[in-house]
Amino acid sequence: MTPTTPATRSLVLEREFPHSPEKVWRALTEGPLLEQWLMSNDFLPQVGHRFTFRSNPNPNWNGVSDCEVLEVVPPLRLSYRVEASGEEATTGMRTVVTWALSPTEKGVRLRLEQSGFLDKDEANYVGAGFGWPRFLGKLERLLGDLR
Amino acid sequence: MGYKSILSSASSEVFRTLADPTRRALLERLIREGELTVQTLTLESGVSQPAVSKHLGVLKKAKLVVERRNGRQTHYRAQSEGLAPLLEWLEFYRSFWTERLDVLERVLEDMNP
Repeated sequence: MTPTTPATRSLVLEREFPHSPEKVWRALTEGPLLEQWLMSNDFLPQVGHRFTFRSNPNPNWNGVSDCEVLEVVPPLRLSYRVEASGEEATTGMRTVVTWALSPTEKGVRLRLEQSGFLDKDEANYVGAGFGWPRFLGKLERLLGDLR
Repeated sequence: MGYKSILSSASSEVFRTLADPTRRALLERLIREGELTVQTLTLESGVSQPAVSKHLGVLKKAKLVVERRNGRQTHYRAQSEGLAPLLEWLEFYRSFWTERLDVLERVLEDMNP
């Protein structure tokens, strides 16, 4: 896992919480808790489970994301595919959200990685998706050098 | 997650264009090394020159590179304006998740141990 610096904008966010990994895991995986900080959902921590995240619709979006659980390793790692639903899905954009927890002296460090946004015909989208944050991070450093 | 608001047709084109690893590699090289000819780009690319030209054409259409002809040589360089949709995308989701994590912090405080 590559360390992130605040100076590098990328789709990796890390935050430390003064709580046990098990408690943070519950907030990530129990539907009613998840709803309190993210979105209403019918999530279950089971690989292959299909669910939706629902937020308020707006004129540009029906507010629904179709999702599928890809990985569940309590209380360390969770990932799911998130895809815009309905008409928006025709843009073919997919994304994978991965949560990684590592215990620290004071509690737990939570790492969020969002990758993807690949065309539908990209067969191995998960594997390909992992190239994205690296590419974007590198890109921004390079652009920073150009400025 | 407000996909449509951030995914204008311009940005979907950029994402589609860069979904291809060969094109990502070509663009990365142009950003890193400045202006390069098709021949130079073909070396190390692992694909044929016609394939490289085709990929460059797609990158050009997405406004990610510009070309300059000099005699029989065609030179390409990266166009950073074309990358704006990617940077917007990063910014959008960065603030979305930062906000959500702030709320998560409060939810954790209110939960039983």
